Amino acid sequence: MQAFAAKFGQNSENRAGLKALYRKELADHLSSRRFFIILLLIYITSFASLYGAMSGLSEAAQSDGSFLFLKLYTTSGNSIPSFASFIALLGPFIGMLLGFDAINGERMSGTLNRLVAQPIYRDSIIIGKFLAGSTIIAITVFTMGIAIGAFGVLGTGLAPGLEEVLRIAIFLVFTCVYISFWLGVSILFSVICRHSATSAMSVIALWIFFSIFMSLIASIVAGAVYPMSNDWEALLNSYGNYTLELNLNRISPYYLYSEAVSTILSPSVRSVNVVTVSQLEGAISGYLSLGQSLLLVWPHLTGLAALMLAAFAGAYVGFMRQEIRAS
Amino acid sequence: MENTIIRTDHLTKVYGTKTAVRRLNLSIRKGEVFGLLGPNGAGKTTTILMLLGLTEPTSGSAFIGGMNCTRDSIKVKRMVGYLPDNVGFYPDMTGLENLYFTGRLNGLAEPVIRERAQALLERVGMEKAANQKTGTYSKGMKQRLGIADVLMKDPQVIIMDEPTLGIDPEGMRELLSLMQELSRKDGRTLLISSHQLYQIQQVCDRVGIFVDGSLIACGEIGELGRQIQSQSHYLLELSVEPLDDGILAAISHIPGVEAVTQEGETLAVQSCADIRPALTATLGAAGCTILHLHQRGGDLDEIYRLYFEKAGEDRHENSRDHANTGKTGQPLAGLRGKIRAKLRKQGRS
Repeated sequence: MQAFAAKFGQNSENRAGLKALYRKELADHLSSRRFFIILLLIYITSFASLYGAMSGLSEAAQSDGSFLFLKLYTTSGNSIPSFASFIALLGPFIGMLLGFDAINGERMSGTLNRLVAQPIYRDSIIIGKFLAGSTIIAITVFTMGIAIGAFGVLGTGLAPGLEEVLRIAIFLVFTCVYISFWLGVSILFSVICRHSATSAMSVIALWIFFSIFMSLIASIVAGAVYPMSNDWEALLNSYGNYTLELNLNRISPYYLYSEAVSTILSPSVRSVNVVTVSQLEGAISGYLSLGQSLLLVWPHLTGLAALMLAAFAGAYVGFMRQEIRAS
Repeated sequence: MENTIIRTDHLTKVYGTKTAVRRLNLSIRKGEVFGLLGPNGAGKTTTILMLLGLTEPTSGSAFIGGMNCTRDSIKVKRMVGYLPDNVGFYPDMTGLENLYFTGRLNGLAEPVIRERAQALLERVGMEKAANQKTGTYSKGMKQRLGIADVLMKDPQVIIMDEPTLGIDPEGMRELLSLMQELSRKDGRTLLISSHQLYQIQQVCDRVGIFVDGSLIACGEIGELGRQIQSQSHYLLELSVEPLDDGILAAISHIPGVEAVTQEGETLAVQSCADIRPALTATLGAAGCTILHLHQRGGDLDEIYRLYFEKAGEDRHENSRDHANTGKTGQPLAGLRGKIRAKLRKQGRS
């Protein structure tokens, strides 16, 4: 019992250090020029996408009049991508900017030495950084998502229904997890790389790989495993080819996120996998309820959360095992 | 000993094939100022990191205030302040804010933090720059803020790693007097690592000389000097005018002189006793003017030179010194080898 109390006391002291670090990191981010740049970038793209969506909305309404409010987030118009696709592409940038010099920046400026000499557990440092970064991400994402909705209401006169609000909230939660994954990755690189320039370059390379090259590689690999060069092969292999390409693509968090978000924001999406004609036979065209949409993308959400945790765990283990000395 | 506050017990750290610290046995008394002297790469910083529990020793253990530095590192860090070399601060925060942050990390109450930070800034003479961002601070200012930062937790033990590096002479003087004050007035224990010996020897009660991961000598500075003085060999550097064979013969006939070697304008006289009185009398009688007379090997200067300038060179150089001992051609090198061997023996025992 006494040992338990001692352990508990130790934990509360640890939390005091964590709290101080968390508050400091949060204040640092909020007052930094970097955060200002992020905010500017997100504002410009969001309002550009809102403008595009509003101009394309009447066209979209003619083809399908339900869940119009959600279309504010998914419609692209005037060749401006939709809010959802903008975030899928640029969201990682927020995570990267917040984390790429988390550890090596401290190491370079000589503050890490001083920090670890304080009576705090070493993991408080990296946990504090990750939590503060995630908080900033959540603040940014939710303010932007809500602002888009608010301006959408003002601009179009549409009032969102309860289900639409819930779907948007789930979309924003997804976005937070997705961007936090990139925060975790960038912190991981900041632990591995000595210089913050190297870590920034590495994480940007990974971002470009996942958002552009992964789909190319997936189609090449699928084509090699299930060739479809003539009609006969196409008949035999098309199902395997498509499924393999899809699964390979889903390794990329970019694809995983895009797929999940389009399912959540479009109730008309009924399946995320291949559907054969025989499976569709007798199906009544209609919208999925929120619960069913969520069920469809539940693996995506857990997958993204697992990726995020894996990235952070890598950073955590790397940091805990690393030598502290600067040279 | 009950008033020993820092104790290491066969502390060893191996990085790959390199042994950074080799079976270090150190004990530092409460209230003492201990200087850990050694050239770069001697293992001083590694020792300090192990004392703070930031690096795990390969074998052996270290204790501060009776607590194991590796297992109870949080408790140890609560009573030990560490001033790293190249101390850094968050450049976007003011000096005062940096101190507040350290106070919060130590779990101090907010009023205590404010009061103490203000008092400490005054103590290190930084109250004018308190509200400036630390990004604008000079190296010397950072060092002083670093000391205030260390004192935020009111530590019993202060460990400073190369605190005198890159400080101007005026800043150095202030730093040294501050160190003295921390020890004498506040009764704190100081462990200072450095390779700049002159500054450090002014404030240290005891020094340990650290080369290649081993502590080769440890004790009061005067005591270390006497260890060298008690060597059987004395070496004089001498230049006289006029210099001719008659003078050389006269010198070599002084009782106790073992060898006289001419190196350009200077003479190196090796003897088994202090021959300075006899030498001056002889030279005076011969009508010579003494231009330069210097006893080598007997002062700290010589110890330092031997260990710190030569530590970069390899061990085989050392063994060559041993081989040269006794050859009249290189009496300096021979002596160097002897002192080294002797010090090593003392370091081990």
